[in-house]
Parts: sequence; structure tokens; C-alpha cells
Amino acid sequence: MRRIPMIGAITGLALVLAACGGGSDNDTDPKASTALEGRGEISFVTGKDTSGNLQKQIDTWNAAHPDEPVKVIELSDKADEQRQQMVQNAQVKSDAYTVLNLDVVWTAEFAANRWVVELPEAELPIADLLAPTVDTGRYLGKLYGVPIDSDAGLLYYRKDLLTEAGIDKAPTTWTELFAACDTVKEKVSSAKDIDCYAGQFDKYEGLTVNASEAINAAGGAVVDEQGKPTVNTPEAKAGLDVLVNAFKDGHIAKKAITYTEELGRADFNAGKLLFHRQWPYQYASASNKEESKVAGKFDVAPLPGSNGPGVSTLGGHDFAISAFAPNKATALDFIKYMASPEVQKANALVIGKAPSVAALYNDAEIVAKFPYMPSLKTAIENAQGRPKVVKYGDVTTAIQEAAYAALNGDKPTDQALSELQAKLETLTQ
Amino acid sequence: MATPTTTETATAVPGPGAKARGQGARSSRRFALLLLSPTFLVLALIVGYPVLAGIRQSLYNKDEVLVDGFVTEGERFVGLDNYTALFRGERGDAFWNAFFNTSFFTATAVVLETVIGVCLALIMHQALRGRGLVRASVLVPWAVPTAMSGLLWRWIFQPDGVANTLLHQEILWTADGWQSKVAVIIAEVWKTSPFIGLLALAGLQMIPQDVYEAARVDGASAWQQFRRITLPLIKPALAVAVLFRLLDTLRMFDLPFVLIGANKESVETLSMLAWSEAGNLRYGVATAYATLLFVYIALIAYAFIKLAGADVIGEARVRKTTGKKGAKA
Repeated sequence: MRRIPMIGAITGLALVLAACGGGSDNDTDPKASTALEGRGEISFVTGKDTSGNLQKQIDTWNAAHPDEPVKVIELSDKADEQRQQMVQNAQVKSDAYTVLNLDVVWTAEFAANRWVVELPEAELPIADLLAPTVDTGRYLGKLYGVPIDSDAGLLYYRKDLLTEAGIDKAPTTWTELFAACDTVKEKVSSAKDIDCYAGQFDKYEGLTVNASEAINAAGGAVVDEQGKPTVNTPEAKAGLDVLVNAFKDGHIAKKAITYTEELGRADFNAGKLLFHRQWPYQYASASNKEESKVAGKFDVAPLPGSNGPGVSTLGGHDFAISAFAPNKATALDFIKYMASPEVQKANALVIGKAPSVAALYNDAEIVAKFPYMPSLKTAIENAQGRPKVVKYGDVTTAIQEAAYAALNGDKPTDQALSELQAKLETLTQ
Repeated sequence: MATPTTTETATAVPGPGAKARGQGARSSRRFALLLLSPTFLVLALIVGYPVLAGIRQSLYNKDEVLVDGFVTEGERFVGLDNYTALFRGERGDAFWNAFFNTSFFTATAVVLETVIGVCLALIMHQALRGRGLVRASVLVPWAVPTAMSGLLWRWIFQPDGVANTLLHQEILWTADGWQSKVAVIIAEVWKTSPFIGLLALAGLQMIPQDVYEAARVDGASAWQQFRRITLPLIKPALAVAVLFRLLDTLRMFDLPFVLIGANKESVETLSMLAWSEAGNLRYGVATAYATLLFVYIALIAYAFIKLAGADVIGEARVRKTTGKKGAKA
């Protein structure tokens, strides 16, 4: 019995600690200020930099601005862990992070929570950047992030087999693509067992990307300009049905339902795939004679659509300024520096990042090293961002749920989409 | 556990001089408490605080309202709402699905592991030559980090992987469905049977050989020897091993997550559900899931200890020593 007071004391202590730890979320006051003032040391928070190129650029900045040095804070290389850390930092209103390297799909969430500040468009070289990339940095018409790099899907295809079958240009529509596939299988004996088309259809972010592309290419949209869900339209259904039907009639192999980027890449590089929707990063490995059987035999084109060229989903990163950090004037200058053509060109040349500066896609040095750049520029110009919603994590899960059920044949497309519409309506309220 | 022993001994001894001895005991008890207090403080900080903070968090909810596209939020005390909400509507479906998966994985995997583990132990016990080598090699799966073995099995189970090549089938193991449940159980059993095997082997080696000789003289068959001698005698060791596996499997996360993927209904466990809620910043709901899982695990563990009589915390030893002291007094 004598032990009880002791336990009581410990419990009491722990409760007091628990009470101190939580709470204080109720006040709306921010030590946040939206004015872009103050100069001095800042931090730049980003995912892991595996190239070593970033530090070089930071060193250049620091040498030129000895009074306003930039400290790099590297987070995990996993996107969701990066987001979680940035969110936690914002929730406790910490001033540790100044400039945030946001994945394009997080910008809406950070802007809506006022974790990042509005940026003055007039002071930034927005006109030099590709319009769809700038759009990823906007929330409700205002600019919160400056796109520093971009990414879009491309159609990789076996040029050699198409030529052998007498087709001299890449398909621009789904109908052309599937017809080309049938022709190749009929006329080229070595391609009889080849799979026709694949993208990223496993239940993860890749599926959201592929399903949105299919829906956008048919003139539909997951959410409209005002952020209202619109997936129960005939266009959206027609778009998703292209993929559903291709799964049914075998133009997409059954096993592609398990495909992520890497599984599809392995198949394409092994010569088992005629058309492949993939990010630009595959170009280097598919051209490498040691790891690819299709080196020199393939080419890239913009994605196909329903009645003309398709619509890619945008990837990439926006740089934003934390609402809780001091020295925002320095932060703005630093973003301008990172957005400059010189820095972006170096990024493109060293790590093959797709720039947001439009002029770089015609830069001779870059095009010589990455011949797909002109196709990529077209793809980005026609591209659309993913839904700009505050609860992006829940929205992407819901899209994956619906698309996966439809592609798997578990649910008819219209049922999957009308259920998705209902779910998105509650999520975007 | 030192304190209760002292108390009992002290109170168990009446007679002359009891008062003085009682005072001495009290001051020494106070001294013991003083010496132990830093430990209690550390325990309160690193065990008590997180658990209580978690429970507290599960009673709060974040209100997120969009006003003109911007979030206004506040944390609000919601009592048990986070718990009751788990059982309703769509979230209820997800909860019961995850609850079923968790229990199903635990039941099937632990039974298979135990059977295979005991077989492994019997083999290792018999092997005369290279026993060390056999033992070391059996341990390899256990030594591989779970996330790594998840990746390994993912390669085996991919559409043109080893599993399908051997079976001459094209089973989409990592797609959502019954086959992914099977894949998880195979990988789990492969990984953890050696653990049970090793603990069972330790139990086997404690059994003196003459017991078996006596049994043979009495004409007991091999099966009878196993049922009547081996099994009862390795039961204490085996019960601890199975209990550990039960606790581990109930909070299974990394294997299905890496092998099959997030948000796949057929393999989603309670831990994965809590993780995905926390990933979407609903900490209240996430901690409610975690707390429920904590209670579930505690109940299962308690029931198992009562049923199987596993002596996990050395209760029997304490009982025995106090018993002896009592007898002496």
C-alpha cells in the first residue's frame, strides 16, 4: 500500500508534463509576419542532395554574401518524411527553417495553412519560367512558391519496331497507339510476344499521376479551377476507361497493375515493352548499352491523348519562404538566385533536372547532353498539375482507391468515379 | 521488486524488538526509495510521459475549417469521440478490416512459426556434426532487417520473379487480394521460425538424456516421447518465444508495408492504419488507433500468460524465494 503515493506522484508528474507538452495550438497569433523583411543568416531545407551539386551552389552564394550565409538542412530522401518534418516544424512555429523546398503537390497545403508567405510576383522573373510550372506555385491565384525544377511524363517507344512495321511517327492519340501496337505485333515476327503499353499502375502516387493524365487527356479534370471535384463527368469516365479497357483487352498486360517506375523500366530496358509512360530519368539508363537492350532503338514523344496530344502530370519542386522565419528579404534573394538560368543550367547539366526556365530547353549544351529536352518542353507546356487541395494526402489516397478498383475490374468505372466524387466533396469542403 | 520482498519479510517477523526493527526497515525503505527515485524519474519521463501524452492526444481533435481557402484550426477536447468514430462508417470498415488482418496474420503466422520452429529445433538438436554451422545458418533470416527481407521477398514475388518462375504461374502477389496475404505470411514465417527454433533448442538442451532412456526402457514410441516428455519440458521456453512472437506480430507494420504497399486493404494492419492517419496529420485519430492496439496487445498477452502459464517476468522465482523466507521465519 505504501507504494501508491510514489506511483501517484510519478503519474502526477507525467500528467503535468503531458499538459505542458500539448496545447497552445488554440491561439491564432503567429509570431509569423508576412512582410519580406530582415537580412542575415537563413536556412534552406531540402531533401537529400545526392549529387553534391547543391553545396557547390550554396558555397558560391555564401562567398558572395558573407553577411547573409545560407545553411543547408538536409532531410530524408523520402518525400513523405520530408513533408512530415516540414509540417511539424510549421506546427510548432519554429524559425529553424527559412526556405522550404516543397514538392509541387504540397504547395496548396502549406499556403492554405499560412505556413508559407505570399511572394511578390513583380519582383520575381516569373515571365521567364514555363507557365504550367509557375501555376504549381499558385494558390487561389496568388504566388506562394517559385518553381525551381520540373518534371513531366514522356512516351518512350521502340522506334526500331515501329519503323520495321512501316510506321514513321510516334502515335499522338490512344487509338493510334493501340493500332500501332497491333500492326507491330502483326508485321514484326520478333515482336509477337511484346507487351503493348505500361505506365505506373500500382496503388501509390504513380497511379494518381497516371489516372489524372488519362482523365485530363480526355478533357476531364479531377478538380476544377475553384478546387471543386469534377470526376463524375463523361470526360473523366472516358479518360479512365481508356486504361480500364486496355487492361481488359490486353493492350496493357495484367501484371502492369503491380508496376512502379522501376518494374516498368526493367521491362522496357529488357525489350519486353513497346510503349512506356515514364519520367525523363529513364532516358539515361535506357540509352546505356550495358544495362539496356534497347539502347539506340528507342525514342521519346509527348504522351498520347484522346483526340490529340495528351496531358502530362507535372512533377517538380517549388521554393517557398516559411512564415515563421526571420530574414525573409535574404530568403527572397536566395530564391531568385536559385531560380536564375545559370544555377538551373548547372542543375540540368549535372543531375539532369528539368529546369523551369523556358529558354534552357533550347540551350545547345543541354540539348546535346539530353536529346529529349524539346519533347519534354512540349510535355511540360501541355501539362497540368495534380489537384490543388489542402488535404492532398487524403485526396491522392482516394484517387488511388478508385482508379485501382476500376483498373482491377473490381468496380465499373462510373461507380468508382461517382464514389470518388462523393469522397472528394467531403475532403474539399 | 526488492521493496515488496523487504516489506513482507519485515512484517512477517513479529516478536520482541519488532518495533525497533520496523523502524529500521522503514528508514532503510525510505533510503531505498531515495536511491531508486532517479530511476523512477527517468522511467516516468521516457515511458510514462509518452504513454500518457499519447492517451491525452487521443482525446483531442484538430478542427480544420477552410475559410476563403485558408485553414483556421483549433484543437478541441472531444472526449472519446476519436474512439467511437473508429467503429462507424467508412472508418469503421477500415478498422474492422485492419483488425481482422492483424488477428489473422497473428494467428496463422504464429501457429506456423511454432510448428516449423519446433521442427527446426529438433533437427538442430539431432545434428551431431556441424551443429554450430546449422544453427548459424538457420539464424540468417532472423538477422536480416525486416524492411530488407520485405524488399527481398518483393523481388521474389514480382510478376516475373522467382516464385512465379518456380510455380509456372503468373500470380500477381503484390496486387491487392488473397495472394498478398499469403505472401506476407510466407515472408513472416520464413523470417521468424528460426527465433522460435532457437528458443525451443535452448529448452531441448536442458532436458537430461536419462529421461528418454527411461522412456525407451518403458517402451514409449518416438511420438509418445515427444508428446509426454519433450513438449512439456520445453513448454516454458516455448511459451516465452510464442508470447514474444504474438506481441511482435500484433504490431506488424514493416513487412506488409514494404512487401505489398500502403493502403492495400488485404494486408492493412492496425499499425499501418495508425501510420497513415498520422501521415495525414490526424494525430488524435492516429493515437486512438495506437491506444486501441496497445490495449488489444495487452489483453492478448494477459490471456496468453494465464492460459499458457508463461513465466515471463520471473514471477515464479519471486514467489519461490518469498515462500522460502516465509518458511524460515
